Amino acid sequence: MGGFIHYFSSHFQTLGQEFWPLLVGGLANGFLYGMVAVGYTLVYGVLRLINFAHSEVFMAGGFASFFVMQHLVGTSSPNGISSVLYILIGILVGGLTGSLIAMAIERVAYRPLRKRNSPKLAYLISAIGASYFLFNFAGKEFGRYSVSMAQPYTNHPLFTIFGAGVQMYDIIIFIAGALMLFGLDRLVTLTKLGRSIRAVAQDAETASLMGVNIDRTIALTFMIGGALGGAAGFLYGMNVGVVYTMGFTPALKAFTAAVLGGIGNLRGAVLGGLILGTMESFSVAFLAPSYIDVTAFGILVLVLLVRPTGIMGERLGRSA
Amino acid sequence: MLKVENAIVRYGAIEALHAISFEVNQGEVVALLGANGAGKSTTLRMLSGLHSAWSGSVTFEGVDITNEKAHDMVSRGIGLVPEGRRIFPQMTVEENLEMGAFARSGSFHDEIEEQYAKFPILKERRKQLGANLSGGEQQMLAISRALMGKPRLLLLDEPSMGLAPMIIEQIFEIIGQIREAGTTVFVVEQNATQALQIADRGYVMENGKIVFSDSAKNLLVDPRVRAVYLGESA
Repeated sequence: MGGFIHYFSSHFQTLGQEFWPLLVGGLANGFLYGMVAVGYTLVYGVLRLINFAHSEVFMAGGFASFFVMQHLVGTSSPNGISSVLYILIGILVGGLTGSLIAMAIERVAYRPLRKRNSPKLAYLISAIGASYFLFNFAGKEFGRYSVSMAQPYTNHPLFTIFGAGVQMYDIIIFIAGALMLFGLDRLVTLTKLGRSIRAVAQDAETASLMGVNIDRTIALTFMIGGALGGAAGFLYGMNVGVVYTMGFTPALKAFTAAVLGGIGNLRGAVLGGLILGTMESFSVAFLAPSYIDVTAFGILVLVLLVRPTGIMGERLGRSA
Repeated sequence: MLKVENAIVRYGAIEALHAISFEVNQGEVVALLGANGAGKSTTLRMLSGLHSAWSGSVTFEGVDITNEKAHDMVSRGIGLVPEGRRIFPQMTVEENLEMGAFARSGSFHDEIEEQYAKFPILKERRKQLGANLSGGEQQMLAISRALMGKPRLLLLDEPSMGLAPMIIEQIFEIIGQIREAGTTVFVVEQNATQALQIADRGYVMENGKIVFSDSAKNLLVDPRVRAVYLGESA
């Protein structure tokens, strides 16, 4: 018992010095999870199914932007305005690829099942099939080894909060993630397109009576979720590098975040992502780096056992 | 205005409507009566495009709409107040009204105000979620939501279902006003007496067939109508 307390108190001391960097890093990761998590939650909202092929949307966004960066940046080390430009291009390319792949998944793996009124299990199997096809195809085409992306910016501590350096990378993700998620929230709450997505989520048949084209709305929902997931693939790949299996773990964590926040709830997905990212980050300090995935999936099991509707509950079709 | 000829609707192997034919003329209120399971709702599902006829034809204002999709019906000029109201539960009253105008382009602010003038209670509750309205308020919202689409033909599916008698009176009064404003109304009701009081004509359904039709005045006193509801053979 004494040893146990000692173990924790010594960790609390390191925590004192590392609190801010851990928090900043955790929140940055959290934004990435949030960007992928909204893809799960949006699709769940309109179709009541988990798009387990969403991990490949993330991967596709990573690869597409990898090739564009390789071409644009090459071995140069851009900074200043050209960095901003390259990052914007990366987000755009990742997002565009993500939305195209997501729409293709909907068209090929889900729509035929929907037209036949297939049972939910068929969707799950179809999703796994689509996922395996896509990442194996990427592995075959682009190689099986992880490669680093040409860096569109130079990573360095930008400024310090309470003595802790905040890295450029974290700031990029903060800004990009926050802007995109805020934009999504406004899109769903205020625009006609957003209203049609919420209407389909709440009552698809009645939505069609109002003149909403359900097929089109579902395709657009995949597209929007795919855009954020693909852009996240770029932001992640920019730091970690790209490989054909890169989608698996981050996407499963984003799914955890979506469940944690309340599947079907957009703001919940973002909140879940931020909580998950932060908890992971602190678990590295409290326990050991190797516990990072254990923490994430421990949370998933716990939420499913204790509160399956998540923190904010399932408020389908509500903007939040 | 609306003409249905020998329409057959099937759910898989089951034939739900057996070659029914009827018509609704411009400016009329027509009631479709029948017991539970007679095929009234299926008829409305067919007219609103939710379930296309397997054979036969549906013509509206001279255009064949037999295979038209539900989401194209609003812009054709057909609005439906669905059975059980089907208000979007997590949208506010105002957002529900905005959904009613979904198929239209341009501003519809004036129409929303128009609906509020007609139903002051909806204005009071404009920021409340659909789920938090009473049954009567939901029915009013469902009707004004359908009116937001500016239909020339309004289809109503069991508007009195689950409502208190006083509210039912009010709803039917509203339907009368809608007709006076120039909208043709086709109403499906189990509450035959109530429906026939505002209707010009009525059709009576039994087991997926239209068994007879007459003016509302005659149907009100027709013993066969009573028989249909009591399940005796007509």
